[in-house]
Amino acid sequence: MAEPVALKLTQKDFKSDQEVRWCPGCGDYAILAAVQSFMPELRIPRERTVFVSGIGCSSRFPYYMNTYGMHSIHGRAPAIATGLSVSRPDLSVWVVTGDGDALSIGGNHLIHALRRNVNLKILLFNNRIYGLTKGQYSPTSELGKITKSTPVGSADSPFNPLSLALGAEATFVARTIDSDRKHLQSVLRAAAEHQGSAFVEIYQNCNIFNDGAFETLKDPSTRDEYLIRLEHRQPITFGADGQRCVVHPPGGFGLEVRETASVDPADIVVHDATVAEPAYAFALSRLPGLDLRNTPIGVLRQVERSSYDERVREQTDSAKAKATGTPEEQLAGLLTSGDTWTIL
Amino acid sequence: MTKQVRQLDRVVIRFAGDSGDGMQLTGDRFTSETAQLGNDISTLPNFPAEIRAPAGTLPGVSSFQVHFADYDILTPGDAPNVLVAMNPAALKANIGDLPRGADIIVNTDEFTKRNLTKVGYAANPLEDGSLDGYALHPVALTAMTIGALADHDVSKKDAERAKNMFALGLLSWMYSRPYESTIRFLERKFAARPELVAANIAAFKAGWNFGETTEDFGVRYEVKPAKMSPGTYRNITGNQALSLGLVAAGVRSGLPVFLGAYPITPASDILHELSKHKRFGVTTMQAEDEIAAIGAALGASYGGSLGITTTSGPGVALKGETISLAVALELPLVVIDVQRAGPSTGMPTKTEQADLNMALFGRHGEAPVAVVAPRSPSDCFFAAIEAARIALTYRTPVILLSDNYVANGSEPWLLPEVDSLPDLRVEFATEPNGDDGKTFLPYLRDPVTMARPWAIPGTPGLEHRIGGLEKADKTGDISYDPANHDFMVRTRAARIEAIPVPDVEVEDPDGDARTLVLGWGSTYGPIGAACRALRQRGLPVAQAHLRHLSPMPANLGDVLKAYDRVVVPEMNLGQLAHVIRGRYLVDAIPYNQVSGLPFTAAKLESMLEEVVKNG
Ligand code: SF4
Repeated sequence: MAEPVALKLTQKDFKSDQEVRWCPGCGDYAILAAVQSFMPELRIPRERTVFVSGIGCSSRFPYYMNTYGMHSIHGRAPAIATGLSVSRPDLSVWVVTGDGDALSIGGNHLIHALRRNVNLKILLFNNRIYGLTKGQYSPTSELGKITKSTPVGSADSPFNPLSLALGAEATFVARTIDSDRKHLQSVLRAAAEHQGSAFVEIYQNCNIFNDGAFETLKDPSTRDEYLIRLEHRQPITFGADGQRCVVHPPGGFGLEVRETASVDPADIVVHDATVAEPAYAFALSRLPGLDLRNTPIGVLRQVERSSYDERVREQTDSAKAKATGTPEEQLAGLLTSGDTWTIL
Repeated sequence: MTKQVRQLDRVVIRFAGDSGDGMQLTGDRFTSETAQLGNDISTLPNFPAEIRAPAGTLPGVSSFQVHFADYDILTPGDAPNVLVAMNPAALKANIGDLPRGADIIVNTDEFTKRNLTKVGYAANPLEDGSLDGYALHPVALTAMTIGALADHDVSKKDAERAKNMFALGLLSWMYSRPYESTIRFLERKFAARPELVAANIAAFKAGWNFGETTEDFGVRYEVKPAKMSPGTYRNITGNQALSLGLVAAGVRSGLPVFLGAYPITPASDILHELSKHKRFGVTTMQAEDEIAAIGAALGASYGGSLGITTTSGPGVALKGETISLAVALELPLVVIDVQRAGPSTGMPTKTEQADLNMALFGRHGEAPVAVVAPRSPSDCFFAAIEAARIALTYRTPVILLSDNYVANGSEPWLLPEVDSLPDLRVEFATEPNGDDGKTFLPYLRDPVTMARPWAIPGTPGLEHRIGGLEKADKTGDISYDPANHDFMVRTRAARIEAIPVPDVEVEDPDGDARTLVLGWGSTYGPIGAACRALRQRGLPVAQAHLRHLSPMPANLGDVLKAYDRVVVPEMNLGQLAHVIRGRYLVDAIPYNQVSGLPFTAAKLESMLEEVVKNG
């Protein structure tokens, strides 16, 4: 993992000279600005930061960051970033992806990066639509969603990205929202500090093809009713006056939302992202209904597990430590290993 | 009893049995003994795709052919002089390849009614006279092995399993092979179970002694060492040599090697081999799929490693999109295709050369890459280094087309001196290259190699973005400009065409040939053997063999036009011939075989004889 050094960088340092070309009003602008203004805080030199993306609107992101960057192939960013991260532990490697990129064409790479716990920070911009290809439904679009490719409504059940990541044994799983810069940056901070894969779902508004998809989570008149803001080691209550809470009902598997007044305060679940058993975070990820009520944001899960990068490096280092001689001498030894014979 | 000793110049033996009979190991040991003696050798394993096909059936037959001689040989031999058949299925599956008069050693214990019926023998071929034209040696291999191990502390099953060592002992006696290496091998293999070491050695010796005492084998043979260049040798398969070549490329470039691979026959052995060489800074990653395997390799290349991916045809098909990205990114990447018979799953353990079109053309857009092919098992070492050299120097994907025949075949390899291997060191970009001394232009090319700078993440001041979108010349910025796209497409093609590769050499000892045989890849041996045979008979024929299929050698056009006839034998339906016709307007004559088996020299010889004589 890239080590912080004493550096004085500003948001401006992370802006590339490329003209940003998302649609005016797109949620991606807010995320870009939030990331650019957050990066200096990490004190990682720009040259040791790499953004790798796939294909889609969100995947244009690397072009706008004045760091190293690669805009790669649809769905393949986690695979490409894995090779980079494993071979270059001195870098801070970020993956920027979308719901179609990460969960449809690239689903396989995402789950395997997470299970390996590759040292990647994965930002999934979820706008629940295909934007770049002009408006088809995505693997996070609601059942029945009417789009260009589903004129009478989508027949697919959507993925819950957090549940999927947790099922893949992700060690860091969080959600945030494009428009809430403070929250977004707090989640980025936690993700950056995490060793291993950090999976961050960012609800992002596509104002062209799926405008207002998360409006209830943003509108001041509804958001407090809809959002559960998770705080580590705090009882999970929400609503304008904390009138709702999350409990673990006896005998049930998961978590449920209740009126705070109706439960014993001792029964309110105290959030702990470090719970080893993923079932807890999974239960949190299942709280929202189809209408986005009870949507948890913040860090659902953050546990320690050695990263793939570390394990691979350990094997290489221990093999190297046992070797003697220059690489050329070792190679000569390798070539002559096995049964050889000499002709004079 | 003193036995007569007869001198031979060459012998072809085929060990055949059930896949559980240990025939690959037996053949391997015989090969190793033969190598120690100093014969030239060429081997060919042939095994079923199923791990354990039903015992005693034809699909379950596994065989290993070894050709050894007192002169230099080019192929594992067309027809065996000796067949060791461990059961009726092995006899039935192989008898068709045997010339009359060949020796057949059979394990009579397996010729039961049930086993005969299983493979459709109505009568016992050992008794019905159908093998009268051969020198049949019926041996109760199983019973004698069990008998020899009566005093050993091993189960009956383990005793029975040692029958392949009995067979090996017998054959080692027949051909006067030194057996010390086999004893050492058994001691290593069963180190954890000394009783098995003893039993297997006893079985081997019982087989040896049986040869010495039985009257059935009246003659013992000798094949004198071949005249080979001085030096140290080892016997090596193509996949092993290729793996060592990749390690060597890492050492000679000073770069870490990163292999991304997904298991696939017949390429997996390269992954297995490279995973043992971590001390050389080799990282192997068994990826979740073929696409991830090449993606990770490309990611590692981007970071300054020598990125490699190994696979077979179906895997290359899946990797196509990433190869195209590497073409656009202009980063080094080595893609190894150990070809097998297709399409689709085809025949995964059989050989073919039908991925040439895919290697040359099988991508979207204009996506030229360099393509190289090894000609023999040991040549895989040098071909791997050549692929790495081109990839690193010219910052391009390179496809290396091996195939099952060279990958699993083996031959003696004169070990090279490490210092004699090419220097593959590269320079990463460290400074801005723009005129103003401050700007970095990621697509400003080296005037000689036409390669762009390799500026790896971590280099201060060179931060830049690359991607699959078309790039403006020099700056690498996204560009939709029509003239720029036209320029970039042509530049990517031109820079591959401009890679200097050695001229193709023509073998025409008397210089009077009017017919040229042009091959590529693993057909070198059979074509060479056929040409030699024709020349010995006074029929002149020239041979040229391509290592570089993209770009092609600069002199190839002149070479082709110097002959009246050009014949192109390939294990596909004429893919190189098609390219030759299209590129050079030469009326090349395709000669094709797609049986999953390599050409026999005899078949090529008779085909070429027709062409040479009749034009
Ligand atoms: S299509 Fe949607 S996601 Fe894409 S840039 Fe426009 S607003 Fe943003």
